Amino acid sequence: MRLAYYPGCSLDATAIEYGMSTQKMAKLLDIDLWEIPDWSCCGASSAHQTDHLLAISLPARNLAIAEREGLDVLAPCAACYNRMRATEYEVRASAKTRSQVEEALGMPYQAAHSTISVLELLDARYGLDNLAARVTNPLKGMTPACYYGCLLVRPVAVTGFDDPENPQSMDRIMKTLGASPVDWAFKTECCGAGLGVTQTDICLEMTYQILRNAKEAGADSIVTACPVCHLNLDMRQKAIEKKYQTQFNLPVYYVTELVAIACGAEPPAVGANRHFVEAVSIFQQLPAKAKAMEEAAAQAAKAGKGAAKAKAAKPAGESEEPAADEDAGLALARKLYDDESKAAQLAEILKQEPARAEKLAEMLEQDKSKALKVADALLAKKAKEKSAGEEGNKA
Amino acid sequence: MGELVLSAHPESRELVKAIEAASRTKTSLCYQCGKCSAGCPVVFAMDYTPRQIIRLLQLGLIETALQAKSIWICATCDTCSTRCPRGVDIASIMDALRREALKQGKVVKEVAAFNQAFLNSVKRYGRNHEASLVLEYNARIMKPFKNAEQGPMMMSKGKLKIFPEFIKGRGEVNRIFEKVKAMGGDHE
Amino acid sequence: MVAVAQHPNIKLYSYSEVVGLSGYIGNFTVTIKEKAKYVDYDKCTGCGLCETKCPSRVKSEFDLGLGERHAIYKAFPQAVPNKPVIDAKNCRKLQTGKCGICEKLCPVKAINFEDQDRFVTEEVGAIVMATGYDLFEWEKAYGEYGYGKYPDVISGLHFERLVNASGPTGGKIKRPSDGKIPQAVAFIKCVGSRDDTKGKSYCSRACCMYTAKHAMQVVEKIPGGEAYVFYMDVRTAGKGYEEFYQRSVERGAQYIRGRVSKIYPRGDRLVVKSEDTLIGKPIEVEVDMVVLATAMVPAAGAEEIAKLVGFSTDKDGFFQEAHPKLQPVETFTGGVFLAGACQGPKDIPDTVAQASAAAVKVVALLSKDQLATEPMIAYVDETKCTGCEFCVPICPYQAISMKPIKTRVHGETVERQVAEVNKGLCQGCGACVAACRPCALNLNGFTNDQIVAEVDALCL
Repeated sequence: MRLAYYPGCSLDATAIEYGMSTQKMAKLLDIDLWEIPDWSCCGASSAHQTDHLLAISLPARNLAIAEREGLDVLAPCAACYNRMRATEYEVRASAKTRSQVEEALGMPYQAAHSTISVLELLDARYGLDNLAARVTNPLKGMTPACYYGCLLVRPVAVTGFDDPENPQSMDRIMKTLGASPVDWAFKTECCGAGLGVTQTDICLEMTYQILRNAKEAGADSIVTACPVCHLNLDMRQKAIEKKYQTQFNLPVYYVTELVAIACGAEPPAVGANRHFVEAVSIFQQLPAKAKAMEEAAAQAAKAGKGAAKAKAAKPAGESEEPAADEDAGLALARKLYDDESKAAQLAEILKQEPARAEKLAEMLEQDKSKALKVADALLAKKAKEKSAGEEGNKA
Repeated sequence: MGELVLSAHPESRELVKAIEAASRTKTSLCYQCGKCSAGCPVVFAMDYTPRQIIRLLQLGLIETALQAKSIWICATCDTCSTRCPRGVDIASIMDALRREALKQGKVVKEVAAFNQAFLNSVKRYGRNHEASLVLEYNARIMKPFKNAEQGPMMMSKGKLKIFPEFIKGRGEVNRIFEKVKAMGGDHE
Repeated sequence: MVAVAQHPNIKLYSYSEVVGLSGYIGNFTVTIKEKAKYVDYDKCTGCGLCETKCPSRVKSEFDLGLGERHAIYKAFPQAVPNKPVIDAKNCRKLQTGKCGICEKLCPVKAINFEDQDRFVTEEVGAIVMATGYDLFEWEKAYGEYGYGKYPDVISGLHFERLVNASGPTGGKIKRPSDGKIPQAVAFIKCVGSRDDTKGKSYCSRACCMYTAKHAMQVVEKIPGGEAYVFYMDVRTAGKGYEEFYQRSVERGAQYIRGRVSKIYPRGDRLVVKSEDTLIGKPIEVEVDMVVLATAMVPAAGAEEIAKLVGFSTDKDGFFQEAHPKLQPVETFTGGVFLAGACQGPKDIPDTVAQASAAAVKVVALLSKDQLATEPMIAYVDETKCTGCEFCVPICPYQAISMKPIKTRVHGETVERQVAEVNKGLCQGCGACVAACRPCALNLNGFTNDQIVAEVDALCL
C-alpha cells in the first residue's frame, strides 16, 4: 500500500509524537509513505476565518503535487485532513471553484484523489483483520476513551466516513489491538481547539468536561487523532486539575502510538515518554488490570444471566429478573427430566429456593445421577406436602 | 439591551444576502428552535447565542451581529450545523461573518492577532513555525510574556522547533497569497 | 369493539390479513388469509389458564418491550375476541415438539397444534382503509439522544404503557433501568417531526396534547415530581385543548422553549442540554427519565397494502386523500375510503369524525342501484384499435380489458380483440391515451384534437 504523506506543521513540533508514531506504525504495517516533497501549510482554521479562496488554495497546492504522483493522501492531523477534504469537496462540486483554485495555484488540480485520515486508513483501507495479524503485544486490560473530536467526523458531507454522534472506527481499531474501549458520551464534543491560545479559560472549561466524562465512564486513558485535541487534553490537564480541584491522571495517546506499541514498538520509540501526563508506566500495569477484568467477568457470568441482564441496560421493568431466574431454573430442570410436567414442577420448587438451585446446578456438573436423586427427592417431598395439605382440607 | 429599531436598510439586507451566499445557506429556513445554541460547546462564553445571531440576520440587524463577540468565540466545531433540523449551516455563517468583520475592522483582538500571525508565518516560511507564531502573537496583543512558561516546558519535551524550516516552494506559497488578493479574495 | 363483535351484520376476522384484491367499485373480491391461531375460537372460553402455565416468555410487542408475554397470549387485556393465539415462532411445542402444557390444561380442549392458515374470499362493494400508524424509529436517527442505548430514554408510547394500570408496572411510573420512581422527568417534543434533515418534515399533530397530559400525570402521580417540557410550539387547536394545556402549566409542568441538543448519562441520571430561547440562555437539567414525543408514521406494511388494494400514497407514505379539503376520506380509486391516522397524523376526535364520514360515504354508495361517475373518462374508437394490448398494463387503475368483437373485413366476418374501458374504474388520468399508438383511445373533454387546438392557440 502506498500513500502520499502530509504531516502538517505540528507533526514535527508540538505533535512530534504523532509524527514519530505514524512513521513507526507505517514501517511496522508495511505501508509505504511518500512524504509530499516541499509540502506547505494547509492554512488550518486561520485561513478559513480570513479568506475563503485562500483557505482552499493552500491545501490544494499539496493535493496537486500528490495528484501528479497519482496518490491518495494520508493526513494524520485532523485539521489538515478536514481542510483537504473541504478543498476536494468544493473543487469537485463547482467547475468555477476549480478554475479559481487552479488560477491561484498556477497548477492544474482536479481533486481526482482523496485525502484519508489515520482512522480511515486502518479501519477501511488497511483492514482490521490485517491489523490484527500484526499485533504482537495486545493492549489487554486497557480501557481507553476514544476521543474523535470535531474535525474527523464533521461536516458529514465533507468527511463522511464515520457517524458524527457515535463514531466507532477508533473503537474498532482499539478492540483489534486488544483493548476494551469504554462507551462514553463525549466522543465528539469540541475541546476548544485554537481557543487554547486565544481564550484559554474557555478552552479549559471545554476540555475539563471531556476529561470528566471520560473518567466517569471508567476510562484509564484517552486516545485521539488530532494534535490540538492532544495538546489541550495532555498539556493542559494539570492546569485543569488545578483550576477544578480534581485529579484525572489520564494519559493521552495518539491512536498511532498505540497501534505501533501493540505491533511491537517500545513506547519511547513513538514519543510516549514526551507526554506531559505520564504515559509509559500504564503498559506495565496492564497485565494486572487484564487479570482483574477477567476475574470480574467470570464472577458476573457465574452469578447467572439474571445479574448480567439487569446490568445490561435494556428496558424490562421488574419482571425481567424473576423471568431470568425462572428460565435458568427451568433450563436446569429440563436437563434432569424429559417429562415437561415434571420439569415444570421442579422449576416451581427451585424458584422458591434459589440457593438449592445453585447447589443442584453444581451437582449436575459433577454427577448427573446424584443430581437426579436429589431432584426426585424434592419432587416426592413436594407431592407428600401437597397430599397432606389436601387431606387436611378434606378434614 | 434597549430598543431594536427595524427599518428597511437595503444595504443591510444586501449584506445579509451576501453572507447567505458565502455560506450557501438561507437564514429564512431557521425556525428559532435553539438546538444549535443548546449543543454549542462554547455558548456559555458567548454574548449572543448562535440562534440569536441567526435571528439578528433574519431581522436585517447585521451590524449588531458583526460586533458580537460570539463569532470570535465560535470554535467552528460544526455541532450546530450537524444537528440543525432545518439544515441551516450556522457554522459557515459564523465563518462568513468573521471574514466580513475582519474586512470592516471589527475584530476580537486576540483571535485576529493569532490568525494574522499564523498566516504571516506561512507566507514567510511556507509552513507554520509555532515558535515564531507565538512570538508574533504575543507582540500583537502586547503581552510579550504570555504563556512564556510553556516555552521551556515544550523544549524539554523536544516539542519546540527553534529554527523554522524555509521550504523551497515558499515562493509558490507567497504567490498563492498574492494571486488570491489580486482575484479579490472570497470569491463564491 | 365488543359491540362490533356482537353485531349480527358484522363479520370480524381477527388475526387475519388481506392477501388479494380484485374488482372495482361495487364489485370487489377480497382474499383474506386467516392466520393459524392454534386455538379453536368456537371452543375457547377465554379463561386464560393456558397463559398462566406457558413456559415460554418473550418481550411483549404491546408493551413495547417493557414487559413480557407468553407464547400463547391475548394481544392485550381489552382484545376482541378476548381469546388467545399461539405465537408459533416462540412456541416450544411447535418448534421442538416438547411441552404442550396448554393443550393438556385447557378445560375445553380448544388448543389445536395442527391448525393451518385458511384462505377465505369475500365479495364487498366498498373498502374502508383504517390501518393506523407506527412510531418513527428515533433510535436509528438521533445519536445525540443515544441511539436508543439509554434505557431511561423512552418514547411517549412507552410512557403510556408505564402509566396504564394494566401495563407492565401496574400503572406506576418506573424507570426501565432500575425500577425506581423518577423524581424529575423531561419531555421532549418534535422528535422525528418538524425535522427536515433526519426525520419527517410534518407536524405530528397529537404530541403537544398528549405531552401536556403526560406532564400532568408526572406531577400528580409522583409526590414531589418535576416535569420539564422542551418545546418549539404548543399546538392546541381543539375544543378545550388550550385550557387543558394551561392547566398542566398551572399544576406545575415547567415548559421550556428550546429544542434539546443532547442527552447523556451522568451517574444514574440523565443530563438534558437545551437553550431557553425566551431568555436566550443555555440551560441544562438533570433528570431521571426522558420521554420523547416521536412522530407518527404510516403503519408498517402500509405501502404494500396500498399497492395491493390499488390506491396512492403521499410523499410521506400516508394514504393519499382525493382532495385535501373537499374529499378527506376518499381516495382517487372509486370505492376505497380512508379513516384515521393512515391518512395522516391525528388524534381521537378527528379519527372518529373521519370514521363516521367514511361510513356515511359507504352507505351512500351502497344504497344506490346506479353510480354516477365522472364523464371525463377514456373511450375506445373500435375502428382504430388494433388490439395490441399496450394500454392494458399502463392503466394504474386496471380499468382496461380486452373484449372480442365481430367486424366485416373484405366481405368476411372476423372476430378480433379490442380494448374496453371500465367506466367505473377509469379515473380519467389519460395515461392510456398517451400510450395508444393508433390513437384509438381518447379522453372525453380532453380529446387529442382539443389539446392540439389549445397548443395551436397558444403557439401560433
